Amino acid sequence: MSTDMRDVYADTLISMARNDSRICVLEADLMNATGTKGFKTAFPERFFDVGVAEADMVGIAAGLASEGKIPFAATFGTFASRRVFDQFFLSANYAQVPVKLVGTDPGITAQLNGGTHMPFEDTGMMRLVPHLTVVEPSDIVSLRELLKQAAEHPGSAYIRLHRKGSQQFYADNETFTLGKAKVLRDGTDVTLIASGFVMVPAALKAAEDLADQGISAAVIDMHTVKPLDTETVIEYARKTKALVTCENHQVIGGLGGAVAEALACSIPTVMECIGVHEQFGQVGDLDYLAGAYRLRSGDIAEKARRAISRKKELCS
Amino acid sequence: MDEHAISSLTAVAREIRKKTLLSIGRLGVGHVGGSLSVIEALTYLYFQEMQVDPKQPRSPDRDRLVLSKGHAGPALYSILAHKGYFSDSMLDTLNQGGTSLPSHCDRNLTPGIDMTTGSLGQGLSAAVGIALANRLDERSNYVYAVIGDGESQEGQIWEAAMSAAQYKLSRLIGFTDYNKMQIDGMTRDIMNIDTLESKWLSFGWHVERIDGHCFPDIHGAVQRAKSQSCRPAMIILDTIKGKGCAFAEGKLSSHNMPLSLEQAQEAVRQLEGAQL
Repeated sequence: MSTDMRDVYADTLISMARNDSRICVLEADLMNATGTKGFKTAFPERFFDVGVAEADMVGIAAGLASEGKIPFAATFGTFASRRVFDQFFLSANYAQVPVKLVGTDPGITAQLNGGTHMPFEDTGMMRLVPHLTVVEPSDIVSLRELLKQAAEHPGSAYIRLHRKGSQQFYADNETFTLGKAKVLRDGTDVTLIASGFVMVPAALKAAEDLADQGISAAVIDMHTVKPLDTETVIEYARKTKALVTCENHQVIGGLGGAVAEALACSIPTVMECIGVHEQFGQVGDLDYLAGAYRLRSGDIAEKARRAISRKKELCS
Repeated sequence: MDEHAISSLTAVAREIRKKTLLSIGRLGVGHVGGSLSVIEALTYLYFQEMQVDPKQPRSPDRDRLVLSKGHAGPALYSILAHKGYFSDSMLDTLNQGGTSLPSHCDRNLTPGIDMTTGSLGQGLSAAVGIALANRLDERSNYVYAVIGDGESQEGQIWEAAMSAAQYKLSRLIGFTDYNKMQIDGMTRDIMNIDTLESKWLSFGWHVERIDGHCFPDIHGAVQRAKSQSCRPAMIILDTIKGKGCAFAEGKLSSHNMPLSLEQAQEAVRQLEGAQL
Protein backbone atom coordinates (compact mmCIF):
# COMPACT_ATOMS: atom_id res chain seq x y z
CA MET A 1 0.00 0.00 0.00
CA SER A 2 1.65 3.20 -1.11
CA THR A 3 -0.41 5.88 0.60
CA ASP A 4 0.12 7.08 4.12
CA MET A 5 -2.68 7.72 6.59
CA ARG A 6 -1.90 11.43 6.18
CA ASP A 7 -2.58 11.14 2.45
CA VAL A 8 -6.01 9.76 3.25
CA TYR A 9 -6.50 12.69 5.64
CA ALA A 10 -5.57 15.23 2.97
CA ASP A 11 -7.46 13.50 0.14
CA THR A 12 -10.61 13.20 2.25
CA LEU A 13 -10.47 16.89 3.11
CA ILE A 14 -10.01 17.79 -0.54
CA SER A 15 -12.87 15.53 -1.53
CA MET A 16 -15.16 17.03 1.12
CA ALA A 17 -14.10 20.57 0.22
CA ARG A 18 -15.13 20.06 -3.40
CA ASN A 19 -18.73 19.65 -2.29
CA ASP A 20 -18.72 21.86 0.76
CA SER A 21 -17.36 25.39 0.66
CA ARG A 22 -17.35 25.50 4.47
CA ILE A 23 -14.38 23.13 4.80
CA CYS A 24 -11.16 24.99 5.75
CA VAL A 25 -7.73 23.66 6.70
CA LEU A 26 -5.33 25.22 9.17
CA GLU A 27 -1.72 24.33 9.82
CA ALA A 28 0.98 25.62 12.13
CA ASP A 29 4.07 25.11 9.97
CA LEU A 30 3.48 21.37 9.64
CA MET A 31 1.78 21.28 6.24
CA ASN A 32 4.40 18.95 4.87
CA ALA A 33 4.21 16.66 7.88
CA THR A 34 0.42 16.50 7.84
CA GLY A 35 0.42 16.15 4.05
CA THR A 36 -2.07 18.93 3.33
CA LYS A 37 -0.07 20.63 0.59
CA GLY A 38 -2.55 19.25 -1.92
CA PHE A 39 -5.36 21.03 -0.13
CA LYS A 40 -3.40 24.28 -0.31
CA THR A 41 -2.99 23.80 -4.05
CA ALA A 42 -6.64 22.90 -4.60
CA PHE A 43 -8.18 25.49 -2.30
CA PRO A 44 -5.59 28.16 -1.49
CA GLU A 45 -8.22 30.60 -0.24
CA ARG A 46 -9.41 28.09 2.35
CA PHE A 47 -5.95 27.08 3.57
CA PHE A 48 -4.27 28.96 6.41
CA ASP A 49 -0.74 28.20 7.54
CA VAL A 50 -0.31 30.43 10.56
CA GLY A 51 3.32 29.57 11.22
CA VAL A 52 4.58 28.28 14.54
CA ALA A 53 1.63 29.69 16.47
CA GLU A 54 -0.71 26.92 17.57
CA ALA A 55 -2.74 29.09 19.94
CA ASP A 56 -3.47 31.55 17.15
CA MET A 57 -4.34 28.65 14.84
CA VAL A 58 -7.00 27.33 17.22
CA GLY A 59 -8.33 30.84 17.86
CA ILE A 60 -8.58 31.55 14.15
CA ALA A 61 -10.30 28.19 13.66
CA ALA A 62 -12.81 29.16 16.35
CA GLY A 63 -13.44 32.47 14.59
CA LEU A 64 -13.98 30.69 11.27
CA ALA A 65 -16.31 28.18 12.95
CA SER A 66 -18.30 30.96 14.59
CA GLU A 67 -19.07 32.15 11.07
CA GLY A 68 -20.24 28.73 9.93
CA LYS A 69 -17.03 27.34 8.45
CA ILE A 70 -15.85 23.81 9.22
CA PRO A 71 -12.18 24.18 10.15
CA PHE A 72 -9.79 21.23 10.45
CA ALA A 73 -6.71 22.42 12.35
CA ALA A 74 -3.75 20.08 12.73
CA THR A 75 -0.49 19.95 14.61
CA PHE A 76 1.46 17.37 16.59
CA GLY A 77 -0.72 15.86 19.32
CA THR A 78 1.47 17.29 22.07
CA PHE A 79 0.82 20.83 20.88
CA ALA A 80 -2.82 20.18 19.97
CA SER A 81 -3.46 19.12 23.56
CA ARG A 82 -0.95 20.43 26.07
CA ARG A 83 -0.05 23.67 24.31
CA VAL A 84 -3.48 24.91 23.24
CA PHE A 85 -5.81 23.22 25.68
CA ASP A 86 -7.27 26.49 26.95
CA GLN A 87 -7.77 27.90 23.45
CA PHE A 88 -9.51 24.72 22.30
CA PHE A 89 -11.45 24.43 25.55
CA LEU A 90 -12.75 28.00 25.63
CA SER A 91 -12.71 29.58 22.18
CA ALA A 92 -14.05 26.41 20.53
CA ASN A 93 -15.82 24.13 23.01
CA TYR A 94 -17.09 26.49 25.69
CA ALA A 95 -18.06 28.96 22.97
CA GLN A 96 -19.86 26.11 21.17
CA VAL A 97 -18.21 26.78 17.83
CA PRO A 98 -17.28 23.45 16.26
CA VAL A 99 -13.56 23.12 15.58
CA LYS A 100 -12.08 19.83 14.35
CA LEU A 101 -8.68 19.65 16.02
CA VAL A 102 -6.28 17.03 14.71
CA GLY A 103 -3.43 15.80 16.89
CA THR A 104 -0.89 13.84 14.87
CA ASP A 105 1.82 11.37 15.82
CA PRO A 106 -0.09 9.68 18.64
CA GLY A 107 1.99 8.18 21.44
CA ILE A 108 5.02 6.18 20.41
CA THR A 109 4.57 6.99 16.73
CA ALA A 110 6.36 10.28 17.45
CA GLN A 111 9.42 7.99 17.47
CA LEU A 112 12.61 9.96 16.78
CA ASN A 113 11.08 13.28 17.81
CA GLY A 114 11.18 11.86 21.30
CA GLY A 115 9.62 12.74 24.62
CA THR A 116 8.95 16.41 23.87
CA HIS A 117 6.76 15.40 20.91
CA MET A 118 5.23 12.19 22.27
CA PRO A 119 1.59 12.64 23.27
CA PHE A 120 0.56 10.14 25.91
CA GLU A 121 -1.92 12.58 27.52
CA ASP A 122 -3.99 14.07 24.70
CA THR A 123 -6.93 11.68 24.79
CA GLY A 124 -7.18 12.02 28.56
CA MET A 125 -7.15 15.81 28.41
CA MET A 126 -9.71 15.86 25.64
CA ARG A 127 -12.02 13.46 27.47
CA LEU A 128 -12.35 16.14 30.15
CA VAL A 129 -13.97 18.59 27.73
CA PRO A 130 -17.77 18.43 27.96
CA HIS A 131 -19.47 17.03 24.84
CA LEU A 132 -16.22 16.77 22.88
CA THR A 133 -15.98 13.82 20.50
CA VAL A 134 -12.60 12.06 20.68
CA VAL A 135 -11.68 9.80 17.78
CA GLU A 136 -8.69 7.62 16.91
CA PRO A 137 -9.07 5.86 13.56
CA SER A 138 -7.11 2.64 13.07
CA ASP A 139 -6.97 2.20 9.29
CA ILE A 140 -7.46 4.09 6.05
CA VAL A 141 -11.14 3.23 5.68
CA SER A 142 -12.10 4.19 9.23
CA LEU A 143 -10.02 7.37 8.94
CA ARG A 144 -11.79 8.41 5.74
CA GLU A 145 -15.26 7.64 7.02
CA LEU A 146 -14.78 9.05 10.51
CA LEU A 147 -13.35 12.27 9.07
CA LYS A 148 -16.52 12.69 7.02
CA GLN A 149 -18.61 12.10 10.12
CA ALA A 150 -16.51 14.50 12.16
CA ALA A 151 -17.10 17.18 9.51
CA GLU A 152 -20.85 16.63 9.66
CA HIS A 153 -20.91 16.37 13.45
CA PRO A 154 -22.40 19.58 14.88
CA GLY A 155 -19.88 19.78 17.72
CA SER A 156 -16.12 19.97 18.06
CA ALA A 157 -13.97 16.89 17.64
CA TYR A 158 -10.45 15.83 18.52
CA ILE A 159 -8.98 13.42 16.00
CA ARG A 160 -5.87 11.44 16.90
CA LEU A 161 -4.22 10.99 13.52
CA HIS A 162 -1.51 8.50 12.67
CA ARG A 163 0.51 10.02 9.83
CA LYS A 164 3.00 7.63 8.27
CA GLY A 165 2.26 4.22 6.83
CA SER A 166 -1.12 2.70 6.23
CA GLN A 167 -3.14 -0.40 6.89
CA GLN A 168 -6.63 -1.62 6.11
CA PHE A 169 -8.89 -3.87 8.17
CA TYR A 170 -12.19 -2.79 6.78
CA ALA A 171 -13.81 -3.28 3.41
CA ASP A 172 -13.76 -0.22 1.18
CA ASN A 173 -17.49 0.26 1.60
CA GLU A 174 -17.61 -0.28 5.38
CA THR A 175 -19.76 2.24 7.20
CA PHE A 176 -19.01 3.76 10.59
CA THR A 177 -20.88 5.67 13.23
CA LEU A 178 -19.11 8.00 15.66
CA GLY A 179 -19.50 6.51 19.10
CA LYS A 180 -20.29 3.00 17.88
CA ALA A 181 -17.42 0.51 18.23
CA LYS A 182 -16.53 -2.09 15.61
CA VAL A 183 -16.22 -5.73 16.59
CA LEU A 184 -13.34 -6.99 14.46
CA ARG A 185 -13.32 -10.50 15.86
CA ASP A 186 -15.75 -12.31 18.09
CA GLY A 187 -14.65 -14.37 21.08
CA THR A 188 -15.83 -15.92 24.33
CA ASP A 189 -12.94 -16.04 26.82
CA VAL A 190 -11.64 -12.49 26.87
CA THR A 191 -12.21 -9.19 25.03
CA LEU A 192 -9.40 -6.99 23.74
CA ILE A 193 -10.61 -3.40 23.39
CA ALA A 194 -8.11 -1.42 21.33
CA SER A 195 -7.85 1.96 19.70
CA GLY A 196 -5.63 3.38 17.01
CA PHE A 197 -3.17 2.45 14.32
CA VAL A 198 -0.65 0.76 16.61
CA MET A 199 -2.85 -1.10 19.06
CA VAL A 200 -5.66 -2.49 16.90
CA PRO A 201 -3.33 -4.67 14.80
CA ALA A 202 -1.40 -5.62 17.94
CA ALA A 203 -4.69 -6.77 19.51
CA LEU A 204 -5.61 -8.72 16.38
CA LYS A 205 -2.21 -10.44 16.40
CA ALA A 206 -2.60 -11.21 20.12
CA ALA A 207 -6.02 -12.73 19.42
CA GLU A 208 -4.51 -14.97 16.75
CA ASP A 209 -1.74 -16.08 19.09
CA LEU A 210 -4.24 -16.71 21.88
CA ALA A 211 -6.36 -18.78 19.48
CA ASP A 212 -3.31 -20.99 18.90
CA GLN A 213 -3.28 -21.53 22.65
CA GLY A 214 -6.96 -22.44 22.69
CA ILE A 215 -8.15 -19.06 24.00
CA SER A 216 -11.02 -17.31 22.23
CA ALA A 217 -10.42 -13.55 22.26
CA ALA A 218 -12.79 -10.93 20.87
CA VAL A 219 -11.25 -7.76 19.40
CA ILE A 220 -13.05 -4.44 19.44
CA ASP A 221 -11.86 -1.35 17.59
CA MET A 222 -12.91 1.48 19.91
CA HIS A 223 -12.35 4.21 17.31
CA THR A 224 -14.37 6.70 19.35
CA VAL A 225 -13.04 6.98 22.88
CA LYS A 226 -15.63 9.62 23.72
CA PRO A 227 -18.55 9.18 23.71
CA LEU A 228 -17.60 5.65 24.68
CA ASP A 229 -19.74 2.86 23.26
CA THR A 230 -20.70 1.56 26.70
CA GLU A 231 -23.34 -0.69 25.19
CA THR A 232 -20.74 -2.75 23.38
CA VAL A 233 -18.37 -2.65 26.35
CA ILE A 234 -21.07 -4.00 28.65
CA GLU A 235 -22.20 -6.58 26.08
CA TYR A 236 -18.71 -8.02 25.87
CA ALA A 237 -18.11 -7.69 29.61
CA ARG A 238 -21.16 -9.90 30.09
CA LYS A 239 -20.11 -12.25 27.33
CA THR A 240 -16.44 -12.80 28.15
CA LYS A 241 -16.25 -11.57 31.77
CA ALA A 242 -12.66 -10.44 31.19
CA LEU A 243 -11.31 -7.46 29.26
CA VAL A 244 -8.00 -5.98 28.25
CA THR A 245 -7.83 -2.37 27.05
CA CYS A 246 -5.02 -1.61 24.61
CA GLU A 247 -3.91 1.96 24.01
CA ASN A 248 -0.90 3.90 22.84
CA HIS A 249 -1.49 6.47 25.59
CA GLN A 250 -1.48 6.87 29.36
CA VAL A 251 -3.93 4.45 30.94
CA ILE A 252 -4.97 7.25 33.33
CA GLY A 253 -7.63 9.24 31.49
CA GLY A 254 -7.34 7.17 28.36
CA LEU A 255 -9.21 4.18 26.96
CA GLY A 256 -8.38 2.10 30.03
CA GLY A 257 -9.74 4.76 32.35
CA ALA A 258 -12.81 5.25 30.18
CA VAL A 259 -13.69 1.55 30.10
CA ALA A 260 -13.01 1.16 33.83
CA GLU A 261 -15.33 4.10 34.59
CA ALA A 262 -18.05 2.61 32.42
CA LEU A 263 -17.78 -0.85 33.96
CA ALA A 264 -17.46 0.30 37.57
CA CYS A 265 -20.82 2.04 37.19
CA SER A 266 -22.53 -0.88 35.45
CA ILE A 267 -21.10 -4.38 35.78
CA PRO A 268 -17.69 -4.41 37.48
CA THR A 269 -15.60 -6.81 35.46
CA VAL A 270 -12.07 -8.18 35.60
CA MET A 271 -9.89 -6.01 33.40
CA GLU A 272 -6.25 -5.40 32.60
CA CYS A 273 -4.78 -2.34 30.91
CA ILE A 274 -2.14 -2.19 28.22
CA GLY A 275 -0.82 1.34 27.88
CA VAL A 276 1.64 3.78 29.35
CA HIS A 277 1.83 3.82 33.12
CA GLU A 278 3.25 6.96 34.74
CA GLN A 279 5.95 7.45 32.15
CA PHE A 280 7.08 10.24 29.85
CA GLY A 281 7.98 9.75 26.21
CA GLN A 282 11.48 9.12 24.88
CA VAL A 283 13.31 8.69 21.59
CA GLY A 284 13.42 5.41 19.73
CA ASP A 285 11.98 3.66 16.74
CA LEU A 286 8.53 2.16 16.87
CA ASP A 287 9.70 -1.33 17.70
CA TYR A 288 11.98 -0.17 20.50
CA LEU A 289 9.26 2.01 22.01
CA ALA A 290 6.60 -0.70 21.74
CA GLY A 291 8.97 -2.87 23.74
CA ALA A 292 9.87 -0.15 26.22
CA TYR A 293 6.23 0.60 27.05
CA ARG A 294 5.08 -3.03 26.72
CA LEU A 295 2.62 -2.38 23.93
CA ARG A 296 3.42 -5.48 21.84
CA SER A 297 1.00 -8.25 20.95
CA GLY A 298 2.86 -10.57 23.35
CA ASP A 299 2.23 -8.10 26.18
CA ILE A 300 -1.46 -8.04 25.29
CA ALA A 301 -1.67 -11.84 25.20
CA GLU A 302 0.03 -12.03 28.59
CA LYS A 303 -2.47 -9.58 30.10
CA ALA A 304 -5.31 -11.53 28.47
CA ARG A 305 -4.18 -14.74 30.11
CA ARG A 306 -3.85 -12.90 33.42
CA ALA A 307 -7.37 -11.49 33.08
CA ILE A 308 -8.75 -14.96 32.34
CA SER A 309 -6.88 -16.37 35.32
CA ARG A 310 -8.29 -13.66 37.61
CA LYS A 311 -11.76 -14.30 36.24
CA LYS A 312 -11.43 -17.99 37.09
CA GLU A 313 -10.20 -17.16 40.59
CA LEU A 314 -13.26 -15.00 41.13
CA CYS A 315 -15.58 -17.73 39.89
CA SER A 316 -13.99 -20.48 41.95
CA MET B 1 -17.96 65.10 13.24
CA ASP B 2 -20.47 67.84 14.07
CA GLU B 3 -21.32 69.23 17.49
CA HIS B 4 -24.73 67.62 17.46
CA ALA B 5 -23.26 64.15 16.93
CA ILE B 6 -20.69 64.72 19.69
CA SER B 7 -23.30 65.92 22.11
CA SER B 8 -25.62 63.07 21.23
CA LEU B 9 -22.88 60.44 21.75
CA THR B 10 -21.82 62.12 24.97
CA ALA B 11 -25.37 61.80 26.27
CA VAL B 12 -25.53 58.13 25.27
CA ALA B 13 -22.16 57.42 26.93
CA ARG B 14 -23.46 59.01 30.12
CA GLU B 15 -26.50 56.73 30.06
CA ILE B 16 -24.28 53.70 29.40
CA ARG B 17 -22.09 54.63 32.38
CA LYS B 18 -25.15 54.95 34.58
CA LYS B 19 -26.55 51.61 33.48
CA THR B 20 -23.20 49.90 33.90
CA LEU B 21 -22.72 51.26 37.42
CA LEU B 22 -26.25 50.37 38.48
CA SER B 23 -26.04 46.84 37.11
CA ILE B 24 -22.76 46.22 38.95
CA GLY B 25 -24.13 47.99 42.04
CA ARG B 26 -27.12 45.68 42.17
CA LEU B 27 -24.76 42.72 42.25
CA GLY B 28 -22.39 44.38 44.71
CA VAL B 29 -19.11 43.70 42.95
CA GLY B 30 -17.70 43.79 39.45
CA HIS B 31 -15.19 44.94 36.87
CA VAL B 32 -15.90 48.63 37.24
CA GLY B 33 -12.60 50.12 36.09
CA GLY B 34 -12.11 48.37 32.77
CA SER B 35 -15.79 48.66 31.92
CA LEU B 36 -15.89 52.42 32.38
CA SER B 37 -12.67 53.01 30.43
CA VAL B 38 -14.00 51.60 27.13
CA ILE B 39 -17.43 53.18 27.15
CA GLU B 40 -16.67 55.98 24.67
CA ALA B 41 -15.16 53.54 22.17
CA LEU B 42 -18.10 51.14 22.45
CA THR B 43 -20.62 53.97 22.34
CA TYR B 44 -19.05 55.38 19.21
CA LEU B 45 -19.00 51.98 17.51
CA TYR B 46 -22.58 50.94 18.32
CA PHE B 47 -24.27 54.33 18.03
CA GLN B 48 -22.31 55.88 15.17
CA GLU B 49 -20.31 53.41 13.18
CA MET B 50 -21.32 49.78 13.21
CA GLN B 51 -23.86 48.36 10.79
CA VAL B 52 -25.92 46.26 13.19
CA ASP B 53 -29.59 45.60 13.71
CA PRO B 54 -30.77 44.64 17.21
CA LYS B 55 -33.75 42.89 15.65
CA GLN B 56 -31.42 40.64 13.67
CA PRO B 57 -28.46 40.02 16.00
CA ARG B 58 -27.04 37.28 13.75
CA SER B 59 -27.60 39.02 10.42
CA PRO B 60 -24.79 37.74 8.13
CA ASP B 61 -23.81 41.15 6.80
CA ARG B 62 -23.57 42.91 10.15
CA ASP B 63 -20.35 44.28 11.53
CA ARG B 64 -18.87 42.12 14.29
CA LEU B 65 -17.31 43.05 17.60
CA VAL B 66 -15.15 40.81 19.73
CA LEU B 67 -14.65 42.15 23.23
CA SER B 68 -11.46 40.24 23.87
CA LYS B 69 -11.15 41.86 27.28
CA GLY B 70 -14.30 39.93 28.14
CA HIS B 71 -14.42 41.19 31.71
CA ALA B 72 -15.70 44.52 30.37
CA GLY B 73 -18.92 42.66 29.54
CA PRO B 74 -21.02 44.89 31.83
CA ALA B 75 -20.22 47.92 29.65
CA LEU B 76 -21.11 46.07 26.46
CA TYR B 77 -24.31 44.71 27.98
CA SER B 78 -25.41 48.25 28.82
CA ILE B 79 -24.63 49.26 25.24
CA LEU B 80 -26.64 46.34 23.85
CA ALA B 81 -29.59 47.06 26.14
CA HIS B 82 -29.51 50.74 25.22
CA LYS B 83 -29.36 49.78 21.57
CA GLY B 84 -32.43 47.57 21.95
CA TYR B 85 -31.02 44.04 21.83
CA PHE B 86 -32.79 43.28 25.10
CA SER B 87 -34.61 45.14 27.82
CA ASP B 88 -32.92 47.30 30.45
CA SER B 89 -34.45 45.08 33.13
CA MET B 90 -32.17 42.26 32.02
CA LEU B 91 -29.23 44.37 33.24
CA ASP B 92 -30.54 43.80 36.76
CA THR B 93 -29.62 40.12 36.43
CA LEU B 94 -25.93 40.80 35.72
CA ASN B 95 -23.73 37.92 36.86
CA GLN B 96 -26.42 36.26 38.94
CA GLY B 97 -27.20 32.55 38.76
CA GLY B 98 -29.06 31.69 35.56
CA THR B 99 -28.46 35.09 33.96
CA SER B 100 -27.98 35.77 30.26
CA LEU B 101 -25.38 38.38 31.20
CA PRO B 102 -22.40 36.56 32.74
CA SER B 103 -19.27 38.27 34.05
CA HIS B 104 -17.45 37.58 30.77
CA CYS B 105 -18.99 37.72 27.29
CA ASP B 106 -20.79 34.62 26.03
CA ARG B 107 -22.08 34.40 22.47
CA ASN B 108 -24.54 31.66 23.39
CA LEU B 109 -26.23 33.53 26.23
CA THR B 110 -26.47 37.16 25.18
CA PRO B 111 -28.12 38.54 22.04
CA GLY B 112 -25.62 40.74 20.21
CA ILE B 113 -22.46 39.11 21.58
CA ASP B 114 -20.42 37.83 18.63
CA MET B 115 -17.76 35.82 20.43
CA THR B 116 -17.25 34.17 23.79
CA THR B 117 -14.26 35.65 25.59
CA GLY B 118 -12.77 35.76 29.05
CA SER B 119 -9.45 33.96 28.91
CA LEU B 120 -7.33 36.95 27.95
CA GLY B 121 -5.46 36.90 24.67
CA GLN B 122 -7.83 34.66 22.76
CA GLY B 123 -10.31 37.13 21.28
CA LEU B 124 -8.00 38.75 18.74
CA SER B 125 -7.27 35.37 17.10
CA ALA B 126 -11.00 34.70 16.92
CA ALA B 127 -11.47 38.12 15.33
CA VAL B 128 -8.85 37.18 12.72
CA GLY B 129 -10.81 34.00 11.98
CA ILE B 130 -14.07 35.93 11.75
CA ALA B 131 -12.50 38.45 9.37
CA LEU B 132 -11.12 35.62 7.21
CA ALA B 133 -14.53 33.91 7.10
CA ASN B 134 -16.23 37.15 6.08
CA ARG B 135 -13.68 37.69 3.35
CA LEU B 136 -14.27 34.15 2.08
CA ASP B 137 -17.98 34.95 2.00
CA GLU B 138 -17.21 38.17 0.10
CA ARG B 139 -18.77 40.45 2.67
CA SER B 140 -17.71 44.06 3.01
CA ASN B 141 -18.38 44.30 6.73
CA TYR B 142 -15.91 45.21 9.47
CA VAL B 143 -14.70 43.23 12.45
CA TYR B 144 -13.82 45.21 15.56
CA ALA B 145 -11.78 43.76 18.40
CA VAL B 146 -11.20 45.40 21.77
CA ILE B 147 -8.24 44.24 23.82
CA GLY B 148 -6.86 45.37 27.14
CA ASP B 149 -3.45 46.77 27.89
CA GLY B 150 -2.73 44.08 30.47
CA GLU B 151 -4.07 41.59 27.95
CA SER B 152 -1.38 42.79 25.55
CA GLN B 153 1.11 40.93 27.72
CA GLU B 154 -0.35 37.65 26.44
CA GLY B 155 1.79 36.06 23.75
CA GLN B 156 -1.23 35.04 21.70
CA ILE B 157 -2.02 38.72 21.04
CA TRP B 158 1.22 38.99 19.13
CA GLU B 159 0.58 35.75 17.27
CA ALA B 160 -2.70 37.28 16.09
CA ALA B 161 -0.91 40.57 15.36
CA MET B 162 1.25 38.65 12.90
CA SER B 163 -1.55 36.67 11.29
CA ALA B 164 -3.85 39.67 10.81
CA ALA B 165 -1.03 41.52 9.05
CA GLN B 166 0.00 38.44 7.05
CA TYR B 167 -3.54 38.02 5.76
CA LYS B 168 -3.85 41.78 5.09
CA LEU B 169 -7.05 42.05 7.08
CA SER B 170 -7.86 45.68 6.32
CA ARG B 171 -11.39 45.14 7.60
CA LEU B 172 -10.15 44.23 11.06
CA ILE B 173 -9.92 47.22 13.37
CA GLY B 174 -8.56 46.73 16.85
CA PHE B 175 -8.72 48.93 19.91
CA THR B 176 -6.38 48.76 22.86
CA ASP B 177 -7.90 50.11 26.05
CA TYR B 178 -4.71 51.65 27.36
CA ASN B 179 -5.73 52.65 30.87
CA LYS B 180 -2.19 51.89 32.13
CA MET B 181 -3.41 49.68 34.95
CA GLN B 182 -3.71 45.96 35.55
CA ILE B 183 -4.78 43.92 38.55
CA ASP B 184 -1.44 43.93 40.34
CA GLY B 185 -0.38 47.49 39.58
CA MET B 186 0.64 49.90 36.84
CA THR B 187 1.45 48.11 33.59
CA ARG B 188 4.79 49.91 33.42
CA ASP B 189 5.73 48.44 36.81
CA ILE B 190 4.34 44.94 36.35
CA MET B 191 5.36 44.21 32.74
CA ASN B 192 5.96 47.25 30.63
CA ILE B 193 4.22 47.20 27.26
CA ASP B 194 5.57 50.52 26.01
CA THR B 195 5.77 51.60 23.41
CA LEU B 196 2.61 50.09 22.06
CA GLU B 197 2.56 52.21 18.90
CA SER B 198 5.95 51.01 17.74
CA LYS B 199 5.07 47.42 18.57
CA TRP B 200 1.92 47.40 16.43
CA LEU B 201 3.66 49.40 13.69
CA SER B 202 6.50 46.91 13.55
CA PHE B 203 3.97 44.08 13.31
CA GLY B 204 2.65 45.68 10.14
CA TRP B 205 -0.50 47.39 11.41
CA HIS B 206 -1.77 50.88 10.79
CA VAL B 207 -1.60 52.55 14.19
CA GLU B 208 -3.46 55.44 15.78
CA ARG B 209 -3.01 56.73 19.30
CA ILE B 210 -5.77 58.96 20.57
CA ASP B 211 -7.69 60.18 23.59
CA GLY B 212 -9.99 57.23 24.16
CA HIS B 213 -12.66 59.39 25.77
CA CYS B 214 -12.82 61.92 22.93
CA PHE B 215 -15.44 61.18 20.28
CA PRO B 216 -13.92 63.31 17.48
CA ASP B 217 -10.58 61.56 18.06
CA ILE B 218 -12.22 58.13 17.92
CA HIS B 219 -14.16 59.11 14.83
CA GLY B 220 -11.08 60.35 13.01
CA ALA B 221 -9.04 57.29 13.93
CA VAL B 222 -11.75 54.87 12.83
CA GLN B 223 -12.21 56.65 9.51
CA ARG B 224 -8.46 56.57 8.85
CA ALA B 225 -8.42 52.90 9.84
CA LYS B 226 -11.21 52.18 7.36
CA SER B 227 -9.25 53.84 4.59
CA GLN B 228 -6.47 51.24 4.88
CA SER B 229 -6.43 48.98 1.86
CA CYS B 230 -4.15 46.16 2.97
CA ARG B 231 -3.38 46.53 6.66
CA PRO B 232 -5.32 45.91 9.84
CA ALA B 233 -5.50 48.88 12.18
CA MET B 234 -4.88 49.21 15.90
CA ILE B 235 -6.31 52.24 17.63
CA ILE B 236 -4.61 52.75 20.96
CA LEU B 237 -7.00 54.47 23.30
CA ASP B 238 -5.44 56.53 26.05
CA THR B 239 -8.04 56.00 28.71
CA ILE B 240 -8.60 56.36 32.44
CA LYS B 241 -9.58 53.29 34.38
CA GLY B 242 -12.87 53.85 36.17
CA LYS B 243 -13.54 56.98 34.09
CA GLY B 244 -16.56 59.00 35.24
CA CYS B 245 -16.97 57.45 38.68
CA ALA B 246 -15.28 59.48 41.42
CA PHE B 247 -14.41 56.62 43.74
CA ALA B 248 -13.14 54.38 40.94
CA GLU B 249 -11.50 56.79 38.51
CA GLY B 250 -7.77 56.32 38.23
CA LYS B 251 -7.72 53.80 41.06
CA LEU B 252 -5.91 50.48 40.82
CA SER B 253 -8.52 48.94 43.07
CA SER B 254 -11.23 49.55 40.48
CA HIS B 255 -10.39 46.47 38.40
CA ASN B 256 -12.83 44.24 40.26
CA MET B 257 -14.21 46.21 43.16
CA PRO B 258 -17.09 46.02 45.63
CA LEU B 259 -19.79 48.49 44.64
CA SER B 260 -22.95 48.88 46.68
CA LEU B 261 -26.19 49.97 45.09
CA GLU B 262 -26.01 53.15 47.19
CA GLN B 263 -22.52 53.91 45.86
CA ALA B 264 -23.70 53.25 42.31
CA GLN B 265 -26.67 55.54 42.82
CA GLU B 266 -24.39 58.24 44.21
CA ALA B 267 -22.15 57.86 41.15
CA VAL B 268 -25.20 58.18 38.92
CA ARG B 269 -26.24 61.37 40.74
CA GLN B 270 -22.75 62.77 40.17
CA LEU B 271 -22.96 61.93 36.47
CA GLU B 272 -26.34 63.61 36.27
CA GLY B 273 -24.99 66.60 38.20
CA ALA B 274 -22.12 66.94 35.76
CA GLN B 275 -24.67 67.07 33.02
CA LEU B 276 -26.31 70.19 34.44
